[in-house]
Amino acid sequence: MPNGQVGRSVPRHESAEKVTGRAEYVHNLSVAGMLHLKVFRSTVAHGRILSIDTSEAEAMPGVHAVLTGEDIRKLVAEPYYGPAFHDQPVLALDKVRYVGEPVAVVAARDPYVAAAAAELIFAEYEELPAVDDEIEAMTSDAVVHDELRPAGTFPDLKHLDGKRDTNVALDYHLKRGDPEAAFAAADHVFEHEFRTQPVMHVPLEPMVSLAVPEQGGLTIHTASQSPSFVRSEVARLLGWAENRVRVKVPYLGGGFGAKLYIKLEALVACVALILRKPVKLSLTMEEQFYTITKHASTFRIKTGVNKDGRITARHCAVYWNGGAYADIGPRVTQKSGFTAPGPYNIENVEIESYALYTNRPPAGAFRGFGIPQLVWAYESQIDVIADELGLDRVAIRRLNLLDETDPQATGTPMKDAPVKAVLERVAALMDWDGPFDTGQGSIRRGRGVAVGFKASISPTTSVANVTVAADGSCSLAMSTVDMGQGSATAHSQIVAEVLGIRAEDVRVVNPDTDVTPYDMATLGSRSTYHMGHAVRLAAEDARAKLDALAGEVGRDGWDGNSIASLFLARYGMQAGTITGSGTYMPSYAKPDPATGFSDNITPFWMVGGTGIEVEVDTETGKARITKLISVGDLGKPLNPRIVETQLSGGALMQVGLTMLEDMALDGGQVTNASFSDYKIPGFADIPVEIVNDILPTEQRDGPFGAKGVGETATFGVAPALASAIHQAVGVRVTSLPITPEKLFRLMQERTA
Amino acid sequence: MESNAMEIGRKRMAFTLNGRAVEADVPSYWNLVDLLRDFDLFGARESCGIGACGCCTVLVDGTAMSGCLTLAQTVEGKAVTTVEDQDRDGTLSVVQQAFVDEAAFQCGFCTPGFVMMVGELLKENPEPSDDEVRSYLSGNLCRCATYPEILKAVRVAASRLRG
Repeated sequence: MPNGQVGRSVPRHESAEKVTGRAEYVHNLSVAGMLHLKVFRSTVAHGRILSIDTSEAEAMPGVHAVLTGEDIRKLVAEPYYGPAFHDQPVLALDKVRYVGEPVAVVAARDPYVAAAAAELIFAEYEELPAVDDEIEAMTSDAVVHDELRPAGTFPDLKHLDGKRDTNVALDYHLKRGDPEAAFAAADHVFEHEFRTQPVMHVPLEPMVSLAVPEQGGLTIHTASQSPSFVRSEVARLLGWAENRVRVKVPYLGGGFGAKLYIKLEALVACVALILRKPVKLSLTMEEQFYTITKHASTFRIKTGVNKDGRITARHCAVYWNGGAYADIGPRVTQKSGFTAPGPYNIENVEIESYALYTNRPPAGAFRGFGIPQLVWAYESQIDVIADELGLDRVAIRRLNLLDETDPQATGTPMKDAPVKAVLERVAALMDWDGPFDTGQGSIRRGRGVAVGFKASISPTTSVANVTVAADGSCSLAMSTVDMGQGSATAHSQIVAEVLGIRAEDVRVVNPDTDVTPYDMATLGSRSTYHMGHAVRLAAEDARAKLDALAGEVGRDGWDGNSIASLFLARYGMQAGTITGSGTYMPSYAKPDPATGFSDNITPFWMVGGTGIEVEVDTETGKARITKLISVGDLGKPLNPRIVETQLSGGALMQVGLTMLEDMALDGGQVTNASFSDYKIPGFADIPVEIVNDILPTEQRDGPFGAKGVGETATFGVAPALASAIHQAVGVRVTSLPITPEKLFRLMQERTA
Repeated sequence: MESNAMEIGRKRMAFTLNGRAVEADVPSYWNLVDLLRDFDLFGARESCGIGACGCCTVLVDGTAMSGCLTLAQTVEGKAVTTVEDQDRDGTLSVVQQAFVDEAAFQCGFCTPGFVMMVGELLKENPEPSDDEVRSYLSGNLCRCATYPEILKAVRVAASRLRG
């Protein structure tokens, strides 16, 4: 019987702590005897380490120790980590592979002393040829890693083990139908190249980790989206049982994919063990740019179309600039590769997707896991095709979009993926068929739409425990990290719904791997669905145990108010505990290595649509979004208000990535690694009118009909804006970001 | 404390912190955020480190300042007010309550800076237009982009303060 806990806009549990500045972050944490670390970083993009002179730094009063990769190697013989490849050294060994790579580390009581001492370290390198561009990396003689070292965790990477003289860390291929014949038969063939730039997540709480050696093990307090992975990976490095590593994560000051897998944790763990002291490493904003980025990409897209606008063939070649260490790039390459042809029903498809090593800072997950890069290309190209064929931009999509009964390119059906309904909703909210004022004089107006979709990350597992105390109060223990998306509140609503209590009364335990069970990670909009099911199962298990307890004490039933009386009747006093446990792993069929096909690559699809109206000043090239519409297919929202914040938050972040942000690289050096030169959106940059729309749908196999929404509104922003700009001023942008300077130049070229 | 290479210029100094007279032993190179951490006040946070994000906003003698750009020793004899002052009596301030009611935060890291600046805005201008709000808060960044909700929270707080 529904009791109204799910689907209600419960205020976030941590509201008061967050508005008073008292919320717990690792940023705030100190422990007795703690040393602060400062990293000394590589100044060359690719080079052999000849020498590292730490003597002056060590001699500085107040410095406790200076360590290099060789010191780490004495503790861990093979100190290489990573989720897909064991390629990243805790500190550089033998070689450096990008500017900013950690080479040595200073430990001191005073963080300012550590920083000053790090300036006194000198390293000599024999510089090697470097590779920067992802296309160049396909054939470059400069090879970033002598040999590929895939992690054992992914069976489909095994064939890469020991491969030499290549920068290709993973290639994914799919072929459906007969693309060659279809291109030959098509009325029109369009070929384009679309590019995206490197950007950084810049969570406002910069990455931070603190390791404390204790009780024959280690406690790591870390701003991480993946406590369970940190635990198992640090244990693997040290050759320890997992239970000797305790990972604790309070609230995160933003994540967006930056704080996934291992970032600083391996380094603080090793240094804490070597020095037998608690050590804390707090990155500066600048250092975040040297730690993880979003993949720059090149997408060569070739499409065959009949004269009526029906797409008959598509060839997608996508090149992902993964930087010097693979991080999760190979997963991005494959998982996003699945959807490279877009949400269109195309009979003949070929996909090639390549993860490439280059001598840049590593690239990893970033809100959308590769999808925004793909949508940028396929939604931009369909607008070009529409214009060339004289078709309406919504009509050409309507003609080609997949139905929910259709299989997507991989063969997996588009179950509960209402791409057409999302498009129609965007069009309706924009009054697409109504009149539109395209402006006059130097202010020109345009509008655009785009629809994108994403597969969830599969197969992954979540586990949750629900505890009922003898006074009837409930706690939820899970390793989902609340980094602002409101997961603690949303999941408490599931517990409350199942047990017939108020969500406000459910206490959520922040991740602590000694207490909270396994979860793959907080990423890819997976928590609502995966952890949501685990939490539901845990609460149902607790409910069944409460039913049994009621039976034992001779009651017909119980409700939220009578739980305490069951314990009292059974134990004669306020005593006892009931623990319900739930584990969820959806089914998955991995793609056939030969064809790339699978009828079950994802447990669910997420669809997002964007509508944008823009004004362009033809005298300055300045574009201003006047209306931003985000339509999300997210099933039934667990907490509508949090979901809305996720929609506009995702869309506005993507506005920044589309119009403002661009990591400038010069010889591998990031030259704008600060907020003075790398601008993110502020109040002045956001559209005046922002519309969030939750499509009334249901994910039928989701927990209470729900699925994730953290990335949905990011998908369509860039192509919808480019489309609107094209209508306004007639120029087509094919590389991000869309800056006033770029627009101005394109307009100049057009008139010249 | 063990000696270090940067000891020159340490100073014992007095100032007012959230209405209370306090003293501290302050190294010359500390910024105001360091000093506040020494008092276990974590609401002002160093994020960008160059005064561009507003996460470290505090009031010094009633003027909003970037804590990360203010050398700690310069507040000697002055009155420093932080976000922790707003609920000193145990209840949320009008601005804080409006942020809660409008769900005007996500990760919460930038929130104290916004709360401080909204308080200053409404003192100066009890009935700001949306454009005035955007302009006044343009020095505070929210990477979660909770801007639409913050704008609503300002309207709600302004209306409640006007009564």
